[in-house]
Formats: sequence, C-alpha cells, structure tokens
Amino acid sequence: MNINDHIHHGAGDLISHKDGIVPLLILSLSFLLLVVMYIFAANLSSRRYKQWPLHRTVLWSLGVMCAAAALIGPLANHAQMDFTDHMISHLLLGMLAPLLMVLAAPMTLTMLTLNVRAARRLSRLLRSRPVSILSNPIVASLLNIGGLWLLYKTDLYMAMQQNILLHVLVHIHIFLAGYLFTASLIYVDPTPHQSSFVYRAIVFVIALAGHGILSKSIYAYPPVGVPINQAEAGGMLMYYGGDAIDLVIIFILCFQWYKFTYPREFSH
Amino acid sequence: MSAKSDNCKYQARFSYTRRNQWSGILFGIGLAAFFDETVFHQLLRWHHFYDKSTTDIGLISDGLLHSFSWFATVGGLFLFADLRRRKALWLTCWWGGVLLGTGGFQLYDGTILHKLMRIHQIRYVENVLIYDLLWNIIAVLMIIAGTILIVRIRSNKQQEETI
Repeated sequence: MNINDHIHHGAGDLISHKDGIVPLLILSLSFLLLVVMYIFAANLSSRRYKQWPLHRTVLWSLGVMCAAAALIGPLANHAQMDFTDHMISHLLLGMLAPLLMVLAAPMTLTMLTLNVRAARRLSRLLRSRPVSILSNPIVASLLNIGGLWLLYKTDLYMAMQQNILLHVLVHIHIFLAGYLFTASLIYVDPTPHQSSFVYRAIVFVIALAGHGILSKSIYAYPPVGVPINQAEAGGMLMYYGGDAIDLVIIFILCFQWYKFTYPREFSH
Repeated sequence: MSAKSDNCKYQARFSYTRRNQWSGILFGIGLAAFFDETVFHQLLRWHHFYDKSTTDIGLISDGLLHSFSWFATVGGLFLFADLRRRKALWLTCWWGGVLLGTGGFQLYDGTILHKLMRIHQIRYVENVLIYDLLWNIIAVLMIIAGTILIVRIRSNKQQEETI
C-alpha cells in the first residue's frame, strides 16, 4: 500500500469517524442556522420595508448548501482521500458558495434588520481602515490566490491532512478569502471603498491568471503526497471549473459597468 | 431622410471610432482564444493542456493571455452593446478590429507561445512546419485585412470632417 493512501485514509478518519458525530452535528446545525437566520431577517425586512427579493433568499440558501456540501457528507469524506474530490469541494467552498452568498446581499439585509444604533455601528465598522484595506482588490486577491499557492506549493497541504486544527483553519480561510475576493470585485452590498472599473478589471485578470497558472503547475508538479493521476485530473478541474465561475464574475462586473456608464453620459 | 439626421448619425459614429475599434479588437482576441480552446484543444485534441517542454515564462504568459481573453470576450461584447445604445455602432470599423484582434492573437500564439516559449505545438506530428506556416500566414492575412478596413475608415472619416 502506498504511503499517500495511508495518510489520506488517516485524514478521512480525522473528522468523519474517530471524533464521532458531535463535530458533524455542530457544523450541520450552524449551516442550518445561517439559512434560518437569513429567512427570518428577510421576513422581518419585508414586513418593515419593501418586499425582500425572493431570488436573494434562494441564492443564499444555495450558497450555504454549496459550502455545506464541501465540508460535510460524502463529498467531504471522499475529498480527504482523493485529490480530484478535494478540488471539487474547494471549488464549491472557495468560489461558488462565496459568489452565491455575495449575490444574496447579506450586509444590506443585516442593515435593514438591525436597529438604528447597531446599524450605524456596523456601517462605521465597514468604513474603518482595516476593512478598507482588506476589501482592496489587490489585498483580497493576494489573500485568496496567494493562500492557494501556499497551500499547494508548500507542505501545507500534507500537514493539513494530519492536523485537524490546521484542516479547519485552512477551510475557514478558503471560504473567507473567496468571499472577500468576490465582494471586492462585484459590488452588490453597499461598498464604502470603491475602486474604479478598470482597476478591478486589471486586478481580476491577473488574479484569474494566477489561478490558472497554479492549476497547470499542480498538473505538472503534483503537491507533496498527491498521486500524479489525481493531480492531473484535479489540476484540470481547477483550471476549467475556475474559468466557469470566474466567467460569471466577469459578466456581472461588465454588466455593472454597462449600467453605471448609462445615466451619467446621457444626462448632459 | 433629411441630411440633418444623417449627419447626427455619423456624428455619434465618428466620436466613437476608437471604441468601435477596441470593441472589435477585444472581441477578436476572445474569439480566437475561444476557437483555439474548443476546436484545437477539445474537439481535435491537437493541442495539449500541458507539454513537458513548456518554460515557466511560457506558463505565465499562457495563463495571463487565457484569463485576459475571457475578459476580452465579455468586455468586447458589452462595449458592442454600449455602442448600440449610443447609436454609434460602425460595423465596418468593428469588423476591422475583430480581424486585427483575431490575427494578432493567432500570430502571437503561433510564434511566441508555440515556438519561443514552447507551451505546446499545433499538432504532434513529424511535419509540424507546414502547420506552423499555414497558421501564421492566415494570422498575417487577417491582420492585413483588418488594417485595410481601419485605414480606409480613417481616411473616410478625415474626408467627411474636412467637408
């Protein structure tokens, strides 16, 4: 038996069996709570102000489901043994779930639901310096794509399979960085620190290139502990899967430019 | 139609000549990349996803071009829509741009990426030279055709402006 297989099986046990049902239950309940809270807030906001759009609730639920599918259930279990499945779960957790959840405008909904004082405090937080630095497209891209380079081009991927705490931290980072990256490019929620369209477009092209180059690099030079055939399949999946999801972001970004340039230039 | 409304129509087109051209060039680059991916990589399977002799700089250049081409396709089409709503679309100029973009991409792909950086070859056969020649000659022809269209429009525009 291959040593890699052994390590991967060991990691499979790490979360799903040895530690029993408790962590899984906590994780499932928190995902459920996210959906329930959103629906509750949407109802509240619909009663107080105008109807909260149904499609946003649907997008949020789908987004949470994508994230959940990446972390619990059969796919998550396979992901610890097979690099290709690992890549599917990462596309779901780091790209598709963040995109769907950004489109659900959770910050707008939170603002509508909170009382005036709390909403003011939140908006002050959003306008603060740390948030402005984090939501800069370059910083967000570095956190997102740079994090992936660290994961697959150092021993981190191997270490993550053996250490539960590291495993959890890496997955939290992948989701948060994916969300930050998406939100720094397409503005659905109110964004106090906005960058120009051209700036975002250039950063995005470089970030997407970084993602594509990393995919081909994984294909050519597998990460430590990943068999070559799984690295090739996983690399290609990352390349084309990333393209597909990023195409949606490009479309929305260009569409926002198209809408933005209309009224100003026609009014005079 | 009255001469006045005709004049207005051309005015919009004239003030957006550059945008017509750029929309075409961007879309042309995207079109060439899309054609390359679907026909040569996926359908014919002549091109390879990765070739062992690829240099690092080749990998980087390929990645940048690939991501830029997606942006160019979508951005070029949104610029096209923008020109239409401004009633400033000039199809001859746009097609000139498309030919320039497609030809330019193909020439860069055929010389720098395939030959210099060795990202992959057109087809893995003995006589690849014939494929290379044909590939690059078609690219140059497209660039020439695009240039002719755009130069003719430029001189046309200058004539109109002097009148």
